[in-house]
Amino acid sequence: MSHLLDIQDLEVKFALRTGDITAIDGVSFVLDRGEKLGLVGESGAGKSVTGFSIINLISKPGYISKGKICFEGNEISSYSDEQMRKIRGNRISMIFQDPMMTLNPVFTIGFQMIETLQAHQKISKSDAREIALEKLKKVHIPSPEQRLSQYPHELSGGMRQRIIIAISLLTDPAIIIADEPTTALDVTIQAEIMDLLQELCESDNMALILITHDLGVVSQVTEKIAVMYAGKIIEYGSTDQVVKHPVHPYTEGLIKSIPGTVIKPGEDLVQIPGMMPTLTNIPPGCAFNPRCYLKGAICTTQTPELKDVGNGVSAACHMK
Amino acid sequence: MVMLIISLIGFSIKRNIGDPIRDLVGERVTPEERAVIADKLGLNDPFFKQYTRFVKNVLHGDFGTSLIYRKPCLEVILKHAPATIELVLGAALIIIFISLPLGVFAALKPKHLFSKCIMGFSTLGVSIPVFLTAIMFIYLFSVTLGWLPSYGRGETVDLFNNGYWNSGLLTIDGLKHLVLPCVSLASIMLPLYIRLIRSEMMEVLETEYIKYAWAKGLAPTRIWLVHAFKNTLLPVVTVFGLQIGIMFAFTILTETVFQWQGMGFMFLEAIQRADISLLIAYLVVVASVFVLVNTVVDIFYGFINPTVRISGTK
Repeated sequence: MSHLLDIQDLEVKFALRTGDITAIDGVSFVLDRGEKLGLVGESGAGKSVTGFSIINLISKPGYISKGKICFEGNEISSYSDEQMRKIRGNRISMIFQDPMMTLNPVFTIGFQMIETLQAHQKISKSDAREIALEKLKKVHIPSPEQRLSQYPHELSGGMRQRIIIAISLLTDPAIIIADEPTTALDVTIQAEIMDLLQELCESDNMALILITHDLGVVSQVTEKIAVMYAGKIIEYGSTDQVVKHPVHPYTEGLIKSIPGTVIKPGEDLVQIPGMMPTLTNIPPGCAFNPRCYLKGAICTTQTPELKDVGNGVSAACHMK
Repeated sequence: MVMLIISLIGFSIKRNIGDPIRDLVGERVTPEERAVIADKLGLNDPFFKQYTRFVKNVLHGDFGTSLIYRKPCLEVILKHAPATIELVLGAALIIIFISLPLGVFAALKPKHLFSKCIMGFSTLGVSIPVFLTAIMFIYLFSVTLGWLPSYGRGETVDLFNNGYWNSGLLTIDGLKHLVLPCVSLASIMLPLYIRLIRSEMMEVLETEYIKYAWAKGLAPTRIWLVHAFKNTLLPVVTVFGLQIGIMFAFTILTETVFQWQGMGFMFLEAIQRADISLLIAYLVVVASVFVLVNTVVDIFYGFINPTVRISGTK
């Protein structure tokens, strides 16, 4: 059986005046029904661009220059705008980073929910309203009736993110792409929102792509993980394996920088020295080599390919 | 508050310019007789006392008598107001119906040839003063082509049969006379609006909630004309409210060029003949129109922007 989502050798470029730069370089992964995948990496690693390229909404001047994205067996990367529109927000929903900015400030919650349903289905306003209410209840929003007539500015950040989750559930999508859904929220609310997402995916058998820089969150929620660095996936496998036995030195560094995982309380956290290179300035060979403690001669000349390192994990490192 | 300050300024002008007694009785009067008249008229009272009297009279609708027309100032102004209001209204309608579609189009398709033409013409439009545009229009459409009349209001109809509101809106001749003045008056604001709407819209199109609207799979027309448009309108409405007041001021030029018997025309006449009572009345009336229009716009703004609605009104 084919995968729900199958991304092969995706390459995204940004057309700048000084020439094209590559933001995503040969990213491949698969996602099955009900599966939860974490896309992890630092800012600028290309996580969000990967997420947006799935629904073909990369901000200009970005474009998909190579590769295939197949969804439910159809190659959606070759779809027209109108065909793509029918998938966005319908079969694949997206949750954005900052709930304070995501909802249109001049329309009521009800308006913004109902219009989403009506964009994808022939449905009356009152029927749409019923569905909206049902989904609001599902994300545990108190007094949902009242919320429908409220404006976004009348609600807190956590409440708004719940509403956005409710909007993404309206059409019972197959995949939800959550782009740092909790970054802009308080820590306590963060946990609630993550629990909610996890619960919903499991009850509705929805697939989730969780884009985040927080390995802790990923390890709690997802089954699979893809670690990105400078536009490439450098380690990919089951979350359990990767978090417990990281192969790539970068993943290892990430995990050691989280309190209470490998490092015991009282010990110093390990920092990865240096910074991720900017996309215009990627070093030759392995992009991570200037920061790597395992660096060998080959690392500065040859780009490592993702290869199987056992236990269902693949990593892109010459030294393993 | 605004009205109080304006009336104070106006009144100071009245006190310091011209000699009301000379205006009244001419020059062949002895100084003794003058003193008697000044005393009778209360001109020797302190400034503040005179001012309070003035405000009291104004509140009762009494602005004094116009020198040129030999009628109460308010009546003179009210008779001239409809012409100006029709002019401003026509110009405002032209601005709204032309700047909105053009501005939105230029924002959505900034690289389109037509957008570049719009932007080019709008730069040109901003830099040409209104009287020049007006004269060019007269030359082109009245003198050369002979399509439209070049001066006056044409045939008017007494709207409420009380002699005040002579409207040019109801006859074809009146409407024809409206076209050139309205277009000229609009020409100064129109380019500004196109630019304002374009830049606001482009800014809105970059926001997260518009990106989210795309991610929800809404149709492009809906995103542009519902989601982006309403947010674009917010700042535009505010500016428009202020500008309508300024347009009343711009009518002075337009009305002069087109011999339009409105308030601006009347104002110039009053200046030329030193009709100070009428000048002050004009100042106060225009100021109150300004305040009124801004209040109306603020109320309207509350309807389109939910964040300024007072929470107690629900």
